[in-house]
Amino acid sequence: MACNSSGCESGCYDREKDNGSKIVEDAVAGGGNQESVCVKCKCNEPMTFGDGGSDDGRFCAECFRNNVFGKFRLAVTSHAMITPSDNVLVAFSGGSSSRVALQFVHELQIKALKNYEASRDRSLPVFGVGVAFVDETAAFPALSTEMVDAIEWIRSTVSSLSPPAKDLHVVPVESVFGSDSLDARDRLVKLLDSVPDDTGKEDLLLHLKMLTLQKIASENGYNRLVVGSCTSRIASHVLSATVKGRGYSLSADIQHVDARWKVPIVLPLRDCVRLEITRLCLLDGLKTVELACRSQCGINDLVSSFVALLQEENPSRECTIVRTAAKLTPFYFNKIPETDDSNVPMATQRRLKRFNIKYDGSMTTEAFCPICNGPLNRSDSSGLDTFEECLESDVLYAACCSSCRFQILPEDGSSLEQFSSYLPDHMISQVKHQKVNSQAYLREKIKDCLLLDDEEVV
Amino acid sequence: MSSGEKMEAKSKKAGASRLCFLCNLRRPVLKRPKTLQQICRECFYEVFEEEIHQVIVQNRLFKSGERVAIGASGGKDSTVLAYVLSELNRRHNYGLDLFLLSIDEGITGYRDDSLETVKRNEVQYGLPLQIVSYKDLYGWTMDDIVKMIGLKNNCTFCGVFRRQALDRGATLLKVDKLVTGHNADDIAETVLLNILRGDIARLSRCTSITTGEDGPIPRCKPFKYTYEKEIVMYAYFKKLDYFSTECIYSPNAYRGFAREFIKDLERIRPRAILDIIKSGEDFRIATTTKMPEQGTCERCGYISSQKWCKACVLLEGLNRGLPKMGIGRPRGVNGDHKMEIKKPGSVAKSIESKQCGSLDF
Repeated sequence: MACNSSGCESGCYDREKDNGSKIVEDAVAGGGNQESVCVKCKCNEPMTFGDGGSDDGRFCAECFRNNVFGKFRLAVTSHAMITPSDNVLVAFSGGSSSRVALQFVHELQIKALKNYEASRDRSLPVFGVGVAFVDETAAFPALSTEMVDAIEWIRSTVSSLSPPAKDLHVVPVESVFGSDSLDARDRLVKLLDSVPDDTGKEDLLLHLKMLTLQKIASENGYNRLVVGSCTSRIASHVLSATVKGRGYSLSADIQHVDARWKVPIVLPLRDCVRLEITRLCLLDGLKTVELACRSQCGINDLVSSFVALLQEENPSRECTIVRTAAKLTPFYFNKIPETDDSNVPMATQRRLKRFNIKYDGSMTTEAFCPICNGPLNRSDSSGLDTFEECLESDVLYAACCSSCRFQILPEDGSSLEQFSSYLPDHMISQVKHQKVNSQAYLREKIKDCLLLDDEEVV
Repeated sequence: MSSGEKMEAKSKKAGASRLCFLCNLRRPVLKRPKTLQQICRECFYEVFEEEIHQVIVQNRLFKSGERVAIGASGGKDSTVLAYVLSELNRRHNYGLDLFLLSIDEGITGYRDDSLETVKRNEVQYGLPLQIVSYKDLYGWTMDDIVKMIGLKNNCTFCGVFRRQALDRGATLLKVDKLVTGHNADDIAETVLLNILRGDIARLSRCTSITTGEDGPIPRCKPFKYTYEKEIVMYAYFKKLDYFSTECIYSPNAYRGFAREFIKDLERIRPRAILDIIKSGEDFRIATTTKMPEQGTCERCGYISSQKWCKACVLLEGLNRGLPKMGIGRPRGVNGDHKMEIKKPGSVAKSIESKQCGSLDF
C-alpha cells in the first residue's frame, strides 16, 4: 500500500508507479511519454517511429518484430505454405514487402537448418529457397540504367542471405513470349502498345509478370511461389477489382493460398499492413529499391490514393476492407492441394485441416479468363460455345472476362486479331483448352442421354 | 461508325458540321456522361427513357393494374423519376396507378419549400399526392428533435423515421409497390461503403433492384443503372421543376470521400459506376450469410428484428428525455450505421455522402 504522500521517503509510491498504475496510464495514453515501457513485455523502452501510426511508441523493437513475424509464421504454418520437402521461390521486386517476405523466409530456413543439424535422425529435410526477379526493362525502356543498378543490388542482397545459399533467377518479362529475346521483346512492346487503356496496359503487364514468375518456378523445380502482398496492397486490390467489375473473381485473389496456377501462390504477409512492413525495414536496416514503373493516372493509382486517404482517417480501414473481402466465398483452388507426403509433420496436417477453408462444391468453376486467369462467372462465359469455326480473335474475345474485354482487348476486329497474334502462346493455348473444357462440361451434363459412349468429344 | 468515319468526324471538329452520334441528323448538344458519345437532345431523351424502360421490363418491376407510389422529395432524382415514370406508363401502357408520396419531416426552410415543388409536380404530372408528416406519426418534427438533441445524430432519427413513414404512407395509399429515385451513383457508393465497413450482409443485398419483398411493401429502384449526371442533364434540358437546396441540418452531406472517389473514377472511366454495381451483383456471398430474423415490433407492429423497432426505441428516448437511447452501437444488427470520422485539425468529413435519405437500402 502506498502512502501517496510526496514527503514519504520510503519510495513506496514510486515503486507502485513502476509496477502497475503507470503502465495502465501508458496504455490509455498510447505512450509517447519519455519514461514509458513497451505495453507487451513491460520492460524495454518502446520504439517511436514518428510516422503517425496509431500504435507508435507502444512496443519495443523486439516485441514489434516478434508480432510481425508471428503473423507471418501463423499464416505459413496454418496454411501449410511451406513444408520441409518444399522448394520455395520468393518473388522479389526490391520493394519493402517482398524484402520482408524474403527476410522472413530466410529466417525460417535458418531455423529449419538448425533443427535439422541438431536432430539425431535428420528426418525433416530443410526446404529450399530461390529468389526471382522479373526484369521489366522491355516495358519501361527509360528505366534501363536504374534496372541494371537494381539487379546488381539484388544480387548482392540475395548473396548476403546465405547460408543456406539461394539461387537467384533474374528473368526478363518478355521471356514468356519465347526464347528469342529480340523477337520476344518486340512482341511484348507491340502487345502493350495495342492496348488502348492505360490501366489495362498496367494490368496486362502484371499478368505477364505473373506468367514469368510461374515460368521460372516450373522450369526450376519450385513447388511454391511466395508473393509478399501485404494487407494494404490487397485492400487496394479489393477496391480496384470492384471498380473494374471483377466482383466474381475477387475472392480468388485475396486468399492466403491460390493454387489455380501450376505452382501454387502463397501470400504469407497477407495480414501485415504496410506501415508495419516499412517500420520493420527501418528497424532491421533492410534496404529496398523502388523502381518508378507505375503510371500516375490510371484507376489503380486512384484507388491506392483513396485507400491511403481512408487509412489516414482510420488506421484499421485497410484491415476492414480485406476482412470484408475475406468473407466472400473462396474458390476450390484456394488451398494447398492435399498431399499424403509423409514429410509433412502430423501437427501441420492437423492445422491444415483446421484452417483450410471449406468451400461449397457446387460453386466450382470450370473456366478461367485466358488473360488474367480469373475464374469466369457463368454469365460471362456463356458465349463460348457458339464459336465453332471462327476467327481465333473472336474465340479469344468470347473466352475473356468482361473486365479484360473492356480494358485490355482492342475494340475493333483487325487490331483484336493482331493483339491475339502477339499474345504469349500460353494464353492462346488456354483459350483452346478452355473451349474443349466447356464442351466436356456440357457433355458431362447430358451424358446420361447419350447413346454412344465413344462419341467424339471435340 | 467505322474508325475512318471517326477520323473524319474528328477532322471536322472545328466546323459546325458534326452530327449526333446516334441519329446522324442533328447537331449534338451534349456529351453523354455514360458513354461519352456526342448526341443531340432528342436522342438523349430517347436513350435515357428507353434504358429505364428496359430496366423496368427486364426486371419485371411492375405488373399491370398495380398501384405504385413514387417517393417524392422534390429533389432532382424523384422529380425526374415521377416525370419519366408517368411518361413511360402512358407510352408503353404499363397500366399503373401512380401516386406521389412525400414525407414532411418538419424542417423549416427546407422541407416546406421542397414540398411546394412536389405540390406543383402533382398538378404538372397529374399524379395524386399524399403527404405524411413526422408530426402526425411521431408527434415530433425534425425541428423539435434538433432543438432537443442538437446537430449530432439528428440524421439517424430522420433516416429511421423516414423509412417507416414511407411504409406507412404507402399503406395509406394502399399501393402495391414503392419506387425510389436512388440512382447508379448512389448504389455504387453503397457497395463501396459496405466494403469499407465490413458489412457483408448489406453488401449482398444492396444491389438488388427490388428489396423488402418479404416486408409489407416492396421497394424498387428503376434508376439503378441511371447516372446521376444524366438525371441532372435530363432535368436541365426538360426544364423540370425541382428543388435543389441541401438540408439545413446536414449542409455538407455531399462531401463524402466515397462520393468524391466515385466522381474521380467517373472522370477517368465512366463505366466504373456500372462496373461497381456489377461487382456488387457478382460477389460470391454464401446464401447462408446470417440475416436478422424478421419479426414485428411489440409496440407499433412494424417489421423489426428486435423486440421494438428502431423508430420506437428512438421515439421512446425522445419522449423520456433520453435522446441518446438507441444511438451508438448496441449489439447485433439494430445498430446505428453511421460513421463519423474526424480529420484532426480540419473540417469533419465522413466517408459516406448522403447522411439522410439513403440509409435504407
